Amino acid sequence: MPALPSDETPFFRRGPSPFARFVFFGLFSLALLFADARYGYLESIRLGVGVVIAPLQRAALMPLHAWDAVAAYFASQTRISQENAELRRQLVVQGAVVQGAQALAQENGRLRGLLGAHAKSGGNDILAEVLYLGRDPFSQKVFVNKGSNDQVRAGQAVIDDGGVVGQVTRVFPAVAEVTLLTEKDHTIPVKIERNGIRSLLVGAGTGRAPELRFMSASADVQSGDVLVTSGLDGTYPPGLAVAVVAAVERDSGLMFARITCRPLAGVDRSDQVLIVPAPTANVPPRPEETNEAETPKRTGKGKRRAA
Amino acid sequence: MMALKAINLPPLSPARPNEILLPPKPWFVALTLLFAFLFNLLPWTGVWLALKPDFLALVLLYWCIQQPRWIGVGAAWAFGLVTDVSQGALFGQHALAYSLLGFAAEYFHRRVLRFPLWQQAAHVAVLLVLAMVLVLIVRMAGGAALPEWSNFLGAVSGALLWPPLSTILQWPQRPPPSPGER
Repeated sequence: MPALPSDETPFFRRGPSPFARFVFFGLFSLALLFADARYGYLESIRLGVGVVIAPLQRAALMPLHAWDAVAAYFASQTRISQENAELRRQLVVQGAVVQGAQALAQENGRLRGLLGAHAKSGGNDILAEVLYLGRDPFSQKVFVNKGSNDQVRAGQAVIDDGGVVGQVTRVFPAVAEVTLLTEKDHTIPVKIERNGIRSLLVGAGTGRAPELRFMSASADVQSGDVLVTSGLDGTYPPGLAVAVVAAVERDSGLMFARITCRPLAGVDRSDQVLIVPAPTANVPPRPEETNEAETPKRTGKGKRRAA
Repeated sequence: MMALKAINLPPLSPARPNEILLPPKPWFVALTLLFAFLFNLLPWTGVWLALKPDFLALVLLYWCIQQPRWIGVGAAWAFGLVTDVSQGALFGQHALAYSLLGFAAEYFHRRVLRFPLWQQAAHVAVLLVLAMVLVLIVRMAGGAALPEWSNFLGAVSGALLWPPLSTILQWPQRPPPSPGER
């Protein structure tokens, strides 16, 4: 029996209905989300799209630059001369600090030579400009105007004049993506500057203060303590300021103290940042297990611990 | 003023609901989408970042309503993928949200255009919040942290921006006023 034409048959053929297309693209999006979140399969596609849109990402900063130029043109002479005097004063103050630091660096180098330790690397930091803040409500990302063409590598630490901003997580040829230290579960090995106690600073997500995890309730932590990177991870160079302890809550019912911290860097405010290469190049390789008597089970355990 | 009258431009005011608009030029559609994408990439900070509407979502919504045969679910999805890369989000997150917007716009486009602009804006607010909630559900199922409530301010500011935005976007499509009307 031939089908009767129903009222819903469109006069013009227009392909699949909007709902069918929505279901198709929605399921495709879900598959992409799953593949990206679980397996990270799609980095090459992301790199391709990133290369195409890089000129747009960089062009979006041009209005700001133009505005700065106009503002500088109309800035009053008195304000500029005041600012100049202030900068000169800062230069003199910091010059004294730098001279002291040079003497310390030389002394440190001699002592390291005596101990047979490797010299600390440094000096090839990359100055970058923040292009824009990522507007993803679930992650804290910043895009900067230096990429793999400028020897930026994923994993390098990013600092500003206050302290650690975060870490480079993705690199495109001309642009790099920096994950901020406030990102959920972003972890930095730190130590308390005052007494050298080591801990982990773990980000808690957008708008929440990062926390020191797994510190016993009796640990010597006070609010106002400055946290610096311990350098144990081989990613962050040691001694960079990270955060200051904001509040310590000790609840006798809990095993650990709840310690919230405030980042020292202008995490989402700074416009100039410094990308610091990792000091891992000088870390000696893990020594071979020399004890032949060890059972395979134990070496397996050791390997897992190393990883 | 004389020059404006000489080239016979339509007034920069909202089109009447029964006014028949000329078809837009393809390059105009492409250019507005490109500029919306660029606006999202401007270095927004502080309060402005919290208040910033998703310009690309608004312009996509506008063209999905006005020209669903050109800009539909598929095009919205593709723009979503590009946005995912530019914002460092998971692949498919904005694509999912934009394809929902595209579907809703195509589904409602005949009805929405009959409303005055402020009622259209109310529709837009609901759609933007729905798209955010859909992404929220998917990401929370994947273990992401709950975002700040200020994230939803973007939907409100987007709805407030809808009347001026659609007035500007439909300006080139309005027919020049007939001599009798002046």
